[in-house]
Amino acid sequence: MEQLSGGEMLIRALHDEGVEIIFGYPGGAVLHIYDAIFRQDKVEHILVRHEQAATHAADGYARSTGKAGVILVTSGPGATNAITGIATAYMDSIPIVVISGQVESRMIGSDGFQETDMVGVSRPVVKHSFMVRNAADIPLIVKKAFHIATTGRPGPVVIDVPKDATDPKIKLPYEYPAEIKLRSYQVPGKGHTGQIKKAVEALLSAKRPMIYTGGGVIQGNGSEQLIKLTQKLGFPITNTLMGLGAYPASNKQFLGMLGMHGTYEANMAMHYCDVLLGIGVRFDDRVTNSDASKFCPDAIILHIDIDPASISKVVPADVPIVGAVAPVLDEMMDLINNSANKVDKQALEIWWKQIGQWRDKACLAVTPSGDGTIKPQQVVQAVFEITKGEAYVSSDVGQHQMFAAQYYGFDKPRRWLNSGGLGTMGYGFPAAIGAQFAYPDAVCVCITGEGSFMMNQQELATCMQYKLPIKIVCLNNRALGMVKQWQDMQYGGRHSHSTYAESLPDFAKLVEAYGHVGIKIEKYGELNDKMKEAFALKDNLVFVDVLVDPDEHVYPMAVKGGAMKDMFLSKSERT
Amino acid sequence: MRHIISVLMENEPGALSRVVGLFSQRNYNIDSLTVAPTEDESLSRLTLTTRGDNARIEQITKHLNKIVDVVKLVDLTEGAHIERELMLIKVKASGAHRAEVKRTVDIFRGQVVDLTGNVFTIQLTGAGEKLDAFILTLGDNVVLEVARTGVSGVSRGEKTLAL
Repeated sequence: MEQLSGGEMLIRALHDEGVEIIFGYPGGAVLHIYDAIFRQDKVEHILVRHEQAATHAADGYARSTGKAGVILVTSGPGATNAITGIATAYMDSIPIVVISGQVESRMIGSDGFQETDMVGVSRPVVKHSFMVRNAADIPLIVKKAFHIATTGRPGPVVIDVPKDATDPKIKLPYEYPAEIKLRSYQVPGKGHTGQIKKAVEALLSAKRPMIYTGGGVIQGNGSEQLIKLTQKLGFPITNTLMGLGAYPASNKQFLGMLGMHGTYEANMAMHYCDVLLGIGVRFDDRVTNSDASKFCPDAIILHIDIDPASISKVVPADVPIVGAVAPVLDEMMDLINNSANKVDKQALEIWWKQIGQWRDKACLAVTPSGDGTIKPQQVVQAVFEITKGEAYVSSDVGQHQMFAAQYYGFDKPRRWLNSGGLGTMGYGFPAAIGAQFAYPDAVCVCITGEGSFMMNQQELATCMQYKLPIKIVCLNNRALGMVKQWQDMQYGGRHSHSTYAESLPDFAKLVEAYGHVGIKIEKYGELNDKMKEAFALKDNLVFVDVLVDPDEHVYPMAVKGGAMKDMFLSKSERT
Repeated sequence: MRHIISVLMENEPGALSRVVGLFSQRNYNIDSLTVAPTEDESLSRLTLTTRGDNARIEQITKHLNKIVDVVKLVDLTEGAHIERELMLIKVKASGAHRAEVKRTVDIFRGQVVDLTGNVFTIQLTGAGEKLDAFILTLGDNVVLEVARTGVSGVSRGEKTLAL
């Protein structure tokens, strides 16, 4: 058997697991591992400029490919810097494996230099974690880590590796386990047929049905099944922020995103539906609003999820189905085809007529400013048109994120990368880096705001090092827009620490200092031409700094404490 | 309502902190907790008592089951079960009071396991309520120290929590 050191085993095990790329940052505790990386060419290492960015980049890689993202960081500050990215992945159920260095075993607990209890610090935000106690265990631990991270409800797994376990002088026999079985970890597969039958009968007897799907459909690779089922039934469908792309936005059955900034028609249809089919969703408070008791008052709730703990956590499910989305939807489709009952076409027609009236409200219509001021929505529309809706789009958090979700119609899954659960500003740019590495020839766009961008702008250097032609479209409103919007609506317009116009950098010059291209757009008249110019630069990272209307709010917006039908539709109109 | 949940988990470092962490993280309460290895040395058995309505207890058991180290669990209070807790209690008693303490110990079927000067150490086993009642009967002014193990329990009859 081959004899390898712990450091070599770790990298070799990653390769044997099918890992092609890892994102990381070196430091004392991981030097043996970095030396092992240097002496091989199977696993590519990408040097970022901050460990948080490494986790987001790996996360963006994972979201866009469906494969696990891998991160390597050193002990202490390297590990703690990774925490925000781990928590981001945890909240959105993204498979990542984080390898963190640790001080030597004999030093653990001594408050040694760059020591932190990574297993302890990360515990609330990981699916599982391992501490390597013997180098010989490394192959098995890596195998387990990937198995746990990528199966069931995916999530982050940490492997904490004391430096002595990677000692190059100690060589041990290496063999990568072909299979793994954990007695304490079972992955739900098919759903319970009896439950699926009950759900099918409820769907077929519905007068006002609604399908509501989330990130679980994307993570569970169930988009194809979802499309078939939805089109077979002819029911209206909405996606959560995390679920965009699972069902094509351009299809007429799609009512747009739902929730706090969802469309009028999606939220109204949710409120008035009589049968709700929730798939891979967790009835998050951004959907149900703060008072879940007012949620879908007339509906029978059917809920499919791979995580039993997601079911009946917020809203009690009438028909719970625990299972993986794809096989459950396959079985549902079979049962529908074989059922004696059929969809109530007449009732459905009346329901669609009602939805049509809600749609006529055109809640996302954009009114041009008239004086040349660019509306942020127009920027997203321009990006959509230029990229023909086919780009990988990441976003940060705030108003621009909602505009991107509302106005960039995603027709395919895994194209929309954003921190929905944790709401991490600074996520978008490094996530785009991950997607660009996964798809070197694809157009990767980061739609961001100047506030979010400044949280991880150091990655401009990474993009120069690896020649990544990412397009960064910054909706620059010279303020923390979403904070300011809430202050406008709930704090009498007192903009406490949400504006900083006087201290903003010249972003075009900033990116030029890193060797990239910066383009500034200030008037609506030049928006399309300059945006085209930016996207025509296929080999460059281009930062498009678009000065947008600073007073714009995101609408629709849920009324706090209300039901889903309660929305502000503009600054002066509410339902 | 009070529930006793018994958990079989991998006897691995970190497993206990994952279970305990879950409770603080999700704002569930733990009234008592006891943990020790089982006859199978790769497994620990943890028993905890908590409170909540049915929806909350369902969430607690679901989240416990999600912890990778947790192999199996049972809510003992769902069926007939036996629960026991052991208490060592130190009591100060002199003069006529000594006989009174001894009598109370006998009534509660406890044992005096140590006597040093005027200080009795009493061992008492039973359901939590019985131990509470014993402390109450003795009264605050004589009790010096109380050490309770927390509740442990098993289901009655054939039903077992084992692999």
